[in-house]
Amino acid sequence: MRQEIVKAAPAYTEFHPRWYRAPVSVYWWLGQWRYLKFILRELSSLFVASFVVITLLQVRALRNGPEAYSRFQHWLQSPWVIALNFVSFLFVVFHTITWFNLAPRAMPIWVRGKRLPEFLVAAPNYAIWLVASVVIAWFVLR
Amino acid sequence: MIMADKIILEVARYSPEQDTKPCFATYEVPVHKEWVVLDALNYIKDKVDGSLTYRWSCRMGICGSCGMMVNGEPKLTCATFLSSYAHNGNKIRVEPLRYFPVVRDLVTELSDFLVKLKKVKPWLIRKDAVPLSQGEFLQTPEQLDYYKQFSMCINCTLCYSACPVVGLDPKFVGPAAIALAQRYNLDSRDQGAVERIAVLAHPEGIWGCTFVGECTKVCPKHVDPAGAIQQYKLNAVLDWLTSFVMPRGHNSQDVKS
Amino acid sequence: MARQSDEAFFWMLFSAGGVIAAILIPVHLFLFGLAFPLGWLPAPDYGRLMSLVHMPLVRVYLFVFCSLPLFHWAHRFRYTLYDGLKVKHLNEVIFALCYGGAVAGTVLAAYLTWTIA
Repeated sequence: MRQEIVKAAPAYTEFHPRWYRAPVSVYWWLGQWRYLKFILRELSSLFVASFVVITLLQVRALRNGPEAYSRFQHWLQSPWVIALNFVSFLFVVFHTITWFNLAPRAMPIWVRGKRLPEFLVAAPNYAIWLVASVVIAWFVLR
Repeated sequence: MIMADKIILEVARYSPEQDTKPCFATYEVPVHKEWVVLDALNYIKDKVDGSLTYRWSCRMGICGSCGMMVNGEPKLTCATFLSSYAHNGNKIRVEPLRYFPVVRDLVTELSDFLVKLKKVKPWLIRKDAVPLSQGEFLQTPEQLDYYKQFSMCINCTLCYSACPVVGLDPKFVGPAAIALAQRYNLDSRDQGAVERIAVLAHPEGIWGCTFVGECTKVCPKHVDPAGAIQQYKLNAVLDWLTSFVMPRGHNSQDVKS
Repeated sequence: MARQSDEAFFWMLFSAGGVIAAILIPVHLFLFGLAFPLGWLPAPDYGRLMSLVHMPLVRVYLFVFCSLPLFHWAHRFRYTLYDGLKVKHLNEVIFALCYGGAVAGTVLAAYLTWTIA
């Protein structure tokens, strides 16, 4: 009887049931919106890197003289660079918001035996962001 | 919304003697206001198909046995109400917890998780043994609060099914194990943080985690394993830095700040 | 004694770069990438920018601005490739390309900010 079961059932090992292991697809991150949101957050690092590259090009252009810088400014106005920077801006702000919202989970702050609520830990980050942005803008624009 | 009086359940069936992979069987189940998915499964087993195999025990969300994928999300079936799904002709798809081998129908093989749990030494480790005559270790309510959230884990492994890294890297220690290790690291009675470092501060320990955060979202006991892991990452960085200042064999107890 | 892996170092760089990127990059991107090229705000001219860049503190700022976020990208992109494309078996190649790129960018940033004045 056992021999018949073993012959008839490909997944049966005598005295040990064959466990089923579902394969994990390479496209696992497309399966759920939450996973896709996570991957988009991680891909924001690409746009961080691309803007650093643009900044390096800007510093190089400044170093090479006024004509080089003028050519660089002109390049910045080409449609595809504007499009890239627009998309980059969205992704970089997405990075900032997700970063500040997640930071309190990594740093629990205990005050007199109670844990500070998360928004109180996140709020100073946003404040610093605002102040830094205003200071830099003032520095550049005045 | 009007609640329907019957609902369709699509339940994954897998018989290791007969099947090479799972298939779905459809059952129609009456809907009662207070019924949960576990009640529906018990109804199927009692009245329709006695061969349906699944784990359950306390039916009140504390034993952690009845975890399954319900419409693609890891849930405790004793805490998931039919009434949330019983409208608009919705069906309920019940599958075994993702990323674990399936033994039969809805039963998963958990020994891998138990091995990982044991690896992180989730018990009080003492360097200096204190004799019984000295009495119990005393702990203030503040000291208890410090680790209490991470002690709420019921080992239901819903977090393992939510974590993509668990699915992608079979050696990843996983959210619950790390959260429980951190529970002991933060316990004022414990002196074993150094012993856990080799397992935790390792590419298959905390560094495999990319803070997806799904584990925390599905946890029925609000343990926040993602938070535990990130906190441990900061600890591990401090520990790594101090390991240069102090000789090997330094005492990591300072890490527990 | 149990010794932990050096992954902590790279995570530290990732965190530092992430903080710098979160706080500083949005305003720079907005001004230099969108507002000035599109004429929403008056762009500072060459002379003005060079006078800013002459300050050593500004050059140090630019160096940090260009270096740390690249390490943030290197670490995050490395793990995205591992998990998103399931290519963990290529980890040596990916490690070299990602951190190599960050180091190259850092060296370039150092050279440019050092020699600009």
